[in-house]
Amino acid sequence: MKRVALIFSRLLWFVPTLIGLIALVFTISHIIPADPVRAIAGEQATAEQIAQLREKLGFDRPLWEQFITYLGKVATGDLGTSLFSQRPIVEDLMTRLPATLELGISAVILAVLIGVPLGVVSAVRRNTLLDHVVRVISVSGLAIASFWLAMELQLLFSMRLSWTPLSGRMSGFPPEGRSGFLIIDAITAGDWKALDDVLRHLALPALTLCLPAAAQLVRLTRAGVLEVINSNHVLYQRAMGFPERTIIWKYVLRAAMTATITQIGLIFGVYVLAGAIVVETVFDWPGIGLFAVNSILRSDYNGIIGFTIWAGMIFIVVNLIVDLVHTFVDPRIVR
Amino acid sequence: MSGQRAAVLRRFLRDRASFLGAAIVLALVFCAIFAPFLAPHPNDIYDFHTANRLKAPSWNNPFGTDRMGSDLMSRMMFGARTTLTICVIAVGAACIVGIPIGVIAGYYKGWFSDLLMRIAEIFLSVPQIVLAIAISQTLGPSIENIVLSLAASFWPFWARLAYAETRSIKNEVFIESAVALGCSGPRVMLLHVLPNIASPLIVRTSIGMGVTILNAAVLGFLGLGAPPTTPEWGRMINEAREFLPEAWWYVTAPGLAIFFVVMGFNLLGDGLRDILDPRIRRGEARRG
Repeated sequence: MKRVALIFSRLLWFVPTLIGLIALVFTISHIIPADPVRAIAGEQATAEQIAQLREKLGFDRPLWEQFITYLGKVATGDLGTSLFSQRPIVEDLMTRLPATLELGISAVILAVLIGVPLGVVSAVRRNTLLDHVVRVISVSGLAIASFWLAMELQLLFSMRLSWTPLSGRMSGFPPEGRSGFLIIDAITAGDWKALDDVLRHLALPALTLCLPAAAQLVRLTRAGVLEVINSNHVLYQRAMGFPERTIIWKYVLRAAMTATITQIGLIFGVYVLAGAIVVETVFDWPGIGLFAVNSILRSDYNGIIGFTIWAGMIFIVVNLIVDLVHTFVDPRIVR
Repeated sequence: MSGQRAAVLRRFLRDRASFLGAAIVLALVFCAIFAPFLAPHPNDIYDFHTANRLKAPSWNNPFGTDRMGSDLMSRMMFGARTTLTICVIAVGAACIVGIPIGVIAGYYKGWFSDLLMRIAEIFLSVPQIVLAIAISQTLGPSIENIVLSLAASFWPFWARLAYAETRSIKNEVFIESAVALGCSGPRVMLLHVLPNIASPLIVRTSIGMGVTILNAAVLGFLGLGAPPTTPEWGRMINEAREFLPEAWWYVTAPGLAIFFVVMGFNLLGDGLRDILDPRIRRGEARRG
């Protein structure tokens, strides 16, 4: 019952946070530039044209009225049209979202598979050579600029060794299927050649994105395990004669992971979602990050604002999911 | 007191990682200040030698030359200046805005405190770099706007940290006695709260510098940063992109600079945490 109340209160905060986010983005797009209409109209526009455009776009009305209209539009899923391609922003984002999610989820899974075991081993064998090596790697992983790592990996594996393709999501036509996730589409279509091709394209971008996330997970897991390993319940399990392997990988890891899980949302937002912007640019990966960068290059206000709102929404939703999962993994917080 | 300080300093110097971090940060500051004297070809910031373009590293150009034939090492030393200026001002501004907001919201209870923290949380609902990109895109590319966008997207972290720390010491006896002695609210916050929450804030400043250097590099890489001719590491990596795979040094050198400097600030932050914030010791667990 308390879990339901907790979930409900989290859901209740979702709406005001979202409205606040839209207000923030509205402020950035409508107040900070001296005159957005002039920016949209271009430098050659006459005073009369600007006045017309101002009326058409509703910039002549009071600010609060503009905000309500804007809020209503966003609520119905209308983020305006691209100033460049004249297509609705939402349509562009929708077609590109699966690419970003496929890359991002692969990176997070990879980061968990690499980061958590390394963190545990590093904590159990603390102050050994292994621990020092793992810590050097994790400190390094957090210091690398991901766009630079992406280019160095491209230089080595694509240009010099020719092991992986240089860029893009796949060569040739995508496998049949409508999920938009090429891995899933290739598997359901039974097209193994396409699957191999897709995975080869995915390898370097996913590796780039996962490295800082894995480094952060190593640090968190290591700290969590060290904290739990000296606790009384572990002492009790030792006293009961459980094998060390069971104690570490079953009891200690579970207790240590509860703290780490709360950070996965943050890791997704900071390292994967934000990292996707530059990594997609370097690998020409057709996701929403590349869309954002193209919008920047073309000074497409609507595009960049639309992306910002979506990035915020994805981040809020991921954190919400993480909160909910946390109540199941760690029943203590419900009590 | 001085004996205690000496002990702390000894412990800091004994820890090789923290020492390395401090050395890297000092080297960065040294490079940034004395760039015109240290750089082998200081005039290459303005001069082009097109005959010399894209030369591999050599005795004369230790890191090679760029697309304009300028010495890459010289440009990178001036790049240290750009990076340090941007990040010090941006982090400083974020602290100056964020910390007072956090302390005030943490010290007083009521709707105003809640409002301040709600606003901070809304800023935090977007990944920082995404917000910085949106702001600098609307403002247009310039160094001032980079600083502004980085500061505007970073202050909520300080507000949230200062808020949490203030809340955690607010009910301590020493605060209560200061209030009982008749100290005004601002006096308590300035002289009693702030010195006692300073340690975690200082630790985060070092790590925050690292994060900000990475974010500034991303903005530079996307072309949202300094104007084209400015020596800036992120922008240099972007320029180098079209000359891969031949000119490998062009992209590698500035990237390594970012890597070492960010690592320096992170190691320094970890070291400072060991000294200043004994609650969380690196390498050993909290007992209990």
